[in-house]
Amino acid sequence: MPIIEVDNLSKQFGEIKAVDGVSFKVEEGEVFGFLGPNGAGKTTTINMLCTLLRPTSGQARVAGLDVIKDKNDVRRAIGLVFQETTLDDYLTAEQNILFHALAYAVPSEVRKQRTKELLTLMELWERRKSKIRTYSGGMKRRLEIARGLVHLPRVLFLDEPTLGLDPQTRNRIWDYILDLREKQGLTIFLTTHYMDEAEHSDRIAVIDHGKIVALNTPDSLKDQVGGDVLTISSDNNELVEDELRDKYGLVPEVNNGTVSVRVPGGEEFLPQFVRAYEGTLQSIGLRRPTLEDVFLHLTGREIRDEKVDERALMRNAMRARYR
Amino acid sequence: MSETYRGIWVVAFRELLRFVADRSRMISSFMFPLIFLVVFGAGFSRIVGRLEGDVNFIQFIYPGIIAMTVVMSSLFAGTSVVVDREYGFLKEVLVAPLSRVGIILGKALGGSLTALIQGTIMLAIAPLVGLSISPLLVLQLLPTLLVLSLSLSGLGILMATRMRSQQGFQFLMQLMVFPLIFLSGVFFPVQGVPTWLQIVAKFNPLTYGVDAIRQIFLGPRASGLVAELPGNETISTGVILFNHPMGIIEDVAVIGAIGAALLLAGVWSFSRTEA
Repeated sequence: MPIIEVDNLSKQFGEIKAVDGVSFKVEEGEVFGFLGPNGAGKTTTINMLCTLLRPTSGQARVAGLDVIKDKNDVRRAIGLVFQETTLDDYLTAEQNILFHALAYAVPSEVRKQRTKELLTLMELWERRKSKIRTYSGGMKRRLEIARGLVHLPRVLFLDEPTLGLDPQTRNRIWDYILDLREKQGLTIFLTTHYMDEAEHSDRIAVIDHGKIVALNTPDSLKDQVGGDVLTISSDNNELVEDELRDKYGLVPEVNNGTVSVRVPGGEEFLPQFVRAYEGTLQSIGLRRPTLEDVFLHLTGREIRDEKVDERALMRNAMRARYR
Repeated sequence: MSETYRGIWVVAFRELLRFVADRSRMISSFMFPLIFLVVFGAGFSRIVGRLEGDVNFIQFIYPGIIAMTVVMSSLFAGTSVVVDREYGFLKEVLVAPLSRVGIILGKALGGSLTALIQGTIMLAIAPLVGLSISPLLVLQLLPTLLVLSLSLSGLGILMATRMRSQQGFQFLMQLMVFPLIFLSGVFFPVQGVPTWLQIVAKFNPLTYGVDAIRQIFLGPRASGLVAELPGNETISTGVILFNHPMGIIEDVAVIGAIGAALLLAGVWSFSRTEA
């Protein structure tokens, strides 16, 4: 039985359809990536799944429980890590976890054992008596993941879990997450702007304008893009474009001063094109499609161009400075 | 139902944890009332003289200062809602399996308990102003302070449910706190001011809080106490509502009624904003 079932879910804010008839299923133990440009309906969908927002129509079940009728049972079954910090800075790590455990009615022996286990796993046990104010961004994020797991949830929602963290910290956090999934059979529902992070997903759904535009494994999505990606820059990009279109019947796109085009069997095509091209080429590159290309192909936008929720980033930075 | 009970005590427990963790807050909420006590007490004592029954001006305002301390820290329950929202912690509370009613009542209770602690600490200076404390007095005072602080926490929370920024809320608080305190009879007998001001004061829940606490300290004589105005006119220092001099129990009942209405409105407003 799937652990998350979404059926024709919609949310309307006034005139705007933020989420428009979305349906998908997530299997137990899966890492499920949920991608989309800002304003595409990602956060709205997550908020409905974790009972923070009431759907306008449609249904959603998490761990077999209805998100409207069994609100509190759904809340007990899920753990959440939001993109902005939701810790109490004035309390210690241990006190933050204590609050969480009490709020979720976790029995005290279970709490003590889980606290030790999770804080040790996240390498925060030594610092459990320090106030959160003294924690670094990476430590806070690790603590939030630990806290989200104290009540033994079946699904962990990670909304931009490594936003604003340095690459080393990001890698470590991912090691922890994958380890947890291995050991606890946890289902992970992930949103991210980092495509290398999305690669960890077993399956990825791409949402745009409130609708799911693709849902498949990362590899199948890359194959869908249609062959390898050739990027060319030259003195005269228009000439390159014309030639690709007229001579080879391809569909080139111009982005940031380079022409990119999808070609099946790129290795053979490349020498052929270079030999025949009359003008001067500055650079030429050939690569397998990445999730970045998938995203561009599906939404017409590069995910990097998106403002990575600047307000959240700024708020985190300000907090680090002033508190 | 268990989601409501758990909400109340878990949220209140965290308020207490935080109160202990953040000492600066404790000090700042004492400073304001203490300054008033010293400045007004020292400044007016000589001019005002004594009220009938040998009560000097400091002794007259001291019960009001206790009420003021409680008000300041009760309204903090509202600040705490706004701060939690601004710094994200509110989200952690909202996604927990707790009812909205429980969360709000927990905030109010947490704010009240901290206010009660502060009010009790203020008792320590009673001997300094020449008032004595008996176990009976403490027994009367604590429930009164609890009702008063629950009511004002309700007010703070009601204001906070719609506010998104701390600065905005602080501004609104300042706007509320001064009229609340100055139009409550902390510094003057309510019966002695012009009628329009009397009407305003009688809508102010703090007026009844100050009156009840004053009667607890100065005895029933406070309500019958007479102040002499120029021209040999005399007034009562208590509060007279519809020609009826208010007793302690009646005062507490009025605060309780206003507070219940404020809390209900707060719960309603909060449940509407946060689904």
